[in-house]
Amino acid sequence: MLGKLTWAAIPLDQPIPMAASALMIVAILGLLAWVFLKGYFPYLWKEWITSVDHKRIGVMYVLLACVMLLRGFTDAIMMRSQLALATAGAPGYLPPEHYDQVFSAHGTIMIFFVAMTFMIGLMNFVVPLQLGVRDVAFPTLNSVSFWLTASGVLLVNMSLVVGEFARTGWLAYPPLSELKFSPGVGVDYYLWALQISGVGTLLSGVNLATTILKMRTKGMTYTRMPIFCWTALASNLLIIAAFPILTATFAMLLLDRYLGFHFFTNEAGGNPMMYINLIWAWGHPEVYILILPAFGVFSEVISTFSGKPLFGYRSMIAATMVICLLSFVVWLHHFFTMGAGADVNGFFGVMTMIIAVPTGVKVFNWLFTLYGGRVRFTTPLLWSLAFMVTFVIGGMTGVLMAVPPADFVLHNSLFLVAHFHNVVIGGVLFGAFAGYTYWFPKAFGFTLDETLGKWACGCWVAGFYVAFMPLYALGLMGMTRRMQHTDNPDWTPMLLLAGVGALIILCGIGFQIAQLVVSIRTRDRRRDLYGDPWDGRSLEWATSSPPPSFNFAVMPDVEGEEAYWGVKQKAIQNQTLVDEPDYQPIEMPKNNPTGVVTAFFATVMGFAMIWHIWWMVILGAVGAFATFVVFAWRDVTEDEIPVEEVARIDRERRRTRLEALPTLRRPA
Amino acid sequence: MTATAPADARHPGHDPHVLGRHGGGHPPPAPGSDGGPASKRIIVGYGFWLFLLSDIIMFSAIFAAYAVLQGATAGGPDGRRLFSLSNAAIETGCLLLSSFTCGLASIAATAKNQLWTQIALLVTGLLGFAFLSLELHEFADMVAKGAGPQRSAFLSAFFALVGCHGLHVSVGLLWLGTMMAQFYAKGFRADILRRMLCFSLFWHALDIIWVAILTIVYLMGAGR
Repeated sequence: MLGKLTWAAIPLDQPIPMAASALMIVAILGLLAWVFLKGYFPYLWKEWITSVDHKRIGVMYVLLACVMLLRGFTDAIMMRSQLALATAGAPGYLPPEHYDQVFSAHGTIMIFFVAMTFMIGLMNFVVPLQLGVRDVAFPTLNSVSFWLTASGVLLVNMSLVVGEFARTGWLAYPPLSELKFSPGVGVDYYLWALQISGVGTLLSGVNLATTILKMRTKGMTYTRMPIFCWTALASNLLIIAAFPILTATFAMLLLDRYLGFHFFTNEAGGNPMMYINLIWAWGHPEVYILILPAFGVFSEVISTFSGKPLFGYRSMIAATMVICLLSFVVWLHHFFTMGAGADVNGFFGVMTMIIAVPTGVKVFNWLFTLYGGRVRFTTPLLWSLAFMVTFVIGGMTGVLMAVPPADFVLHNSLFLVAHFHNVVIGGVLFGAFAGYTYWFPKAFGFTLDETLGKWACGCWVAGFYVAFMPLYALGLMGMTRRMQHTDNPDWTPMLLLAGVGALIILCGIGFQIAQLVVSIRTRDRRRDLYGDPWDGRSLEWATSSPPPSFNFAVMPDVEGEEAYWGVKQKAIQNQTLVDEPDYQPIEMPKNNPTGVVTAFFATVMGFAMIWHIWWMVILGAVGAFATFVVFAWRDVTEDEIPVEEVARIDRERRRTRLEALPTLRRPA
Repeated sequence: MTATAPADARHPGHDPHVLGRHGGGHPPPAPGSDGGPASKRIIVGYGFWLFLLSDIIMFSAIFAAYAVLQGATAGGPDGRRLFSLSNAAIETGCLLLSSFTCGLASIAATAKNQLWTQIALLVTGLLGFAFLSLELHEFADMVAKGAGPQRSAFLSAFFALVGCHGLHVSVGLLWLGTMMAQFYAKGFRADILRRMLCFSLFWHALDIIWVAILTIVYLMGAGR
């Protein structure tokens, strides 16, 4: 009846996961109780859960990413403390089978549910605003994408309570991940969670790419798009081209595990190295899917806070697209030790080094944007400066490992672990935080506390260096990754130091939470009254904060680069706005629960697959299909916002703008 | 994309990229305008094309796996002993013919002719069903001969690749059924016509993939 699921699946004998999951369940129940008792549920359901508004979906993506950052960071603290304790022969407190789950979950969560989710959230929120349009191409599909991601998150976290998670590392290499060597449900949790959220990611890539290519406002030609839209385009094209490879690869591994196929087994002609090739043919583009939007954020932030147009706008576009292409011809550098031969390794080594060229172009463009600018050292800019220094170091260690003979020594050592944290924390995460601070006032109508934000930034940067520079040294001293304990006393001081670094990062996270709490409590003092708190240059700052559901009462007509900057300067010069437009009623897509219901059935199906509960699999599939039919059957798909409402909202926006005009800085 | 296209002689400012004769019922942009968001029909068609491209990439990953594992028969039967070209030929005939009737269904739907739309879709579905039956029969035959997917890596790849295409055809049949129901119950609404556009793109894309399977799996496998 319930397949493999029995009471034995709940790890009652292991105190750490039980305590963690008890805490998690209490927190979720408490939150639900609060929501229901306060009567917030109808509001949440109508305005958020069933929302198809790109801004709300973007906010929910970012919120999900922040929550998962806490979970992933908890794993990180556990690993660092285990390694700090379990040196020189001591056993530490995490048994190996649990430690292996922790590092697998840490990698999986941080890449798929923090970095990916955060970036997709930012793109969702910002791209339509910057393009001057009212929503993405497929609003309901957008909601489906988000909730499928949430479904993956749910499955990963469920594994803490029911069953176990994979012990195979974040990419689940076979043959270890084959049924023979991982007979438990851990790898199945991993595979189904990522299959389901991967579909969500792919659909969101299709959605955003279509939006950028087909839905720009009048006059918004390709060479007038803000650079963030360009990097978002590149990133989403990569999603479309790379994620299907991941889906196919995981499907093959699932066939091996469920139906006894022989894709990656050691027997009957299976080929485990093929998995590693396929997974990195997705995996390397994936790192550019993450970093390119971050590059876009830094470009926007640096240009805004330097008070200058971005230096080398067109070369920035070229560099972005070159990186986009090159990202597909470097995957083999993740396994030079496969034994492909000198020519193949040489080719991939050289291609890897070539990627440093467009990246270097970008770094110089940012430097030259800062040069001669009126630089305002706000929190987003501090994150950007921290990024530039940190990322260049990470990039250089990357180029070092692109040399195959050097890689033979460094492969799977802590040097590698330090390198990719250097680029992912110093690049993607700092970019996410810069974007979060930069666009927060646009989303909620008030700015975040600057002092606490700067402390958070300082702690993260200092903590990063203290935690990861020792890992470079440990790697050179010969320590390999994924070790549950060590017995070399020479390594102990470095391992302790790395643990201290993780604690400093913890302080940074503490400051971020404090920043959010303090800013919400003092929001009346920090209102963004007219929608342009940073003296911005692109169209998202032309509308109010938070923007109305339709973003723009009249879709802007773009004349020239930096769509909003030109309009703003003209308004300051004349001390008046353009004439009031002729308002029209606006049709917006109706909110609907298709996304959340589909994701519910997807979760049911994934859970049933993991535990081999076949009747429930069929139930989930039928439910998901029925949801689509119900969606297709709707007769009314759009709400009309009456013209008076549009005019009222926009007149209010114009009034606040007009009041602010005399206070704005005139162009030099 | 937004560059103003050379004006059509009959409709000044007419966008030549508009799909179909009427561009989904949306008026062409006003003369002299430089772009703005495309019409819904274009957005939907374009988005679905992007999805199809991603689907084709998924197939290419499985094709790559098949190419790698083709020789890994582990002492078991190879393509020459297993594949029947006449069966593959009939399957191909069914599928290509169903694409033709799917095209007829699109024309009938554009002309808002309920009877012919339903007939053409029904024939499309029956041909797809025939294809699927032939394929399942072939699979059952192979499994009965002891040449199931567990036998060797080559057969794993074969069943996954051809089966994945078959799964797509099955999903297509399900979709086709709901299209017929939508036309019947709701008529030729603009959004349902857009879904029909996506469905026919999907059905034709399955043909493209089948032609690759026929070539790489059956023709090259049987002639090896």
